[in-house]
Amino acid sequence: MKPILKHMIKTLFRMILLLIGVSILTFILVISSPIDPIDAYLGAETNVSQEQRDNVAEHWGLNKSPVERYLTWVTNLLHGDMGMSITYQMPVMQILITRFLASLTLMSVAWLLSGVLGFILGVLSGAMEGSAFDKGVKIFCFVLSSTPSFWIGLLLLMLFSVQLGWFPIGFSVPIGKLSSEVTFLERVHHLILPAFTLSITGISNMVLHTRQKIIDVLNTDYVLFAKARGENKWTIIKRHGLRNIAFPAITLQFASFSELFGGSVLAENIFSYPGLGSALSAAGRKGDLPLLLGIALCSAIFVFVGNLIANLLYGIFNPQIREGGESR
Amino acid sequence: MKFVKFQHTSNLRKKTVLLTSIIILLLLIIAIAGIVINPELYEPNYESKKLVPSFTHPFGTDYLGRDMFYRSIKGLSTSILIGMLAATVSAFMALFLGLLAASVGGWVDQVVSYFVDLFMGVPHMVLLMLISFMLGGGLKGVVVGIALTHWPNLTRVIRSEVMEVRNAHYVLASRKFGASKIQVAIRHIVPHVMPQFIIGLILLFPHAILHEAGLTFLGFGLPVDAPAMGIILSEALKNIATGMWWLAFFPGAMLVIVVMLFDKLGEHVKLLLDPSSAQE
Repeated sequence: MKPILKHMIKTLFRMILLLIGVSILTFILVISSPIDPIDAYLGAETNVSQEQRDNVAEHWGLNKSPVERYLTWVTNLLHGDMGMSITYQMPVMQILITRFLASLTLMSVAWLLSGVLGFILGVLSGAMEGSAFDKGVKIFCFVLSSTPSFWIGLLLLMLFSVQLGWFPIGFSVPIGKLSSEVTFLERVHHLILPAFTLSITGISNMVLHTRQKIIDVLNTDYVLFAKARGENKWTIIKRHGLRNIAFPAITLQFASFSELFGGSVLAENIFSYPGLGSALSAAGRKGDLPLLLGIALCSAIFVFVGNLIANLLYGIFNPQIREGGESR
Repeated sequence: MKFVKFQHTSNLRKKTVLLTSIIILLLLIIAIAGIVINPELYEPNYESKKLVPSFTHPFGTDYLGRDMFYRSIKGLSTSILIGMLAATVSAFMALFLGLLAASVGGWVDQVVSYFVDLFMGVPHMVLLMLISFMLGGGLKGVVVGIALTHWPNLTRVIRSEVMEVRNAHYVLASRKFGASKIQVAIRHIVPHVMPQFIIGLILLFPHAILHEAGLTFLGFGLPVDAPAMGIILSEALKNIATGMWWLAFFPGAMLVIVVMLFDKLGEHVKLLLDPSSAQE
């Protein structure tokens, strides 16, 4: 048990160091933008005197050095205060929580969909290597990996929402309804197209990875021996294949959080889904610095959690680390 | 059976060279056509608004009467050029950092690895939007953004390639003859990583093009009046309720084809430069 613990602590430490770096990076990027935060805050009210502007600057600590500003921001952040969003006129924290939950629903559905579908397709095509089905799946994946997900979303929207009218054009709930009145089915109805669009991003990676792994397993000596014992192909895959490939596949899926989030920014914008992604582009357009900073950090934490889980799983499932040998 | 197959594919290399040349030619034609194209061809023509695809307008026309075929060509050309520029900058960054990390080693290596992890720790799309936002959008924002987000993967590849030959006999011998670290790096190590570098560079193009289109689509990339792929598709989204399906379908399909061509190009160049990868 001890080596696992050591591995976990090491991973955790590295990840925390990384998180600090990400917060510094986003902070530098956001504060060096040409948009003046005071202008952005005051908006159209131009009859504000220089003195008042200086007051605001002093109140926000804009006249201090970047290092001090960063430290102030971090201290406030640790107290749960991330400032006010100009776009939504609400505390950033509140926006992040509600929007992140909406995004999380969308992303987890897409994540599961792409993982399960990709895994099944990968196992089938790997088991039938060289068949017409395998070739079809390979071409499908090749085309899919070159296709921008927002174009797929656009086409789906045109076909199913505009032409056929099966699905709503956007938003996560029907317009003009109170959130307490919205039924579960209505939510699902609004989720299907965005989730499907988003799952497209991850699926081809998953299929190709699983397919290659299955082929590798089927070429090993222990599979040859199992064949000699008289086991048929699907039993072999069930007994020797799935065990070997399921965990790397799960790890891979956790490590893909970065692309998942990136894809959700595009998918949410197409379907006007009120999640973090659409808030991000709204914040960018309005120069809403606190919200931008909050979302960037939120996305980094999201990716960080995915990588952390992937790393920990890797440690748990990899006997070399589990039993104390140095990996790599 | 295997022997027969071997006989049959003995001139595979020639075929690969031929295919590679065809792909390069196709991409060049699109890129150059976009540059030399007469701008009048995709200018608004109010007499032919909202036309369905036909022989005179293969991709139809939009609500301003602009011919979508020529607009797509122009957009693709812009995308290819921007993608290539940004990917090249990014690849050279990766080459430099990878070489630096592996040949100096020690704390330099750790710093580079830390930055690799750092830039991979924020989703590309978010980082792209932030960088583009910081630079005030436009062409500069897109190119710098893509260049700054795409180097980490290739840096890792090049770093591990250099690690492989760092202690090879010919490198050690050269050091013993008094060559400096920089001389060794340029004379012996760069030629060794060149194949991986070129493959990595070409495989960066499709990513760069897709990210450029995505960023512009969201409104953080090229200006709205530029005939870029992202602009064309975001206009199609705005007018989605009008049912003009050809506005989104054809330009997007062209984009997919160009990205696929780049992907294939990378694959073929990989086969040519690194023949052992053909067995994979």
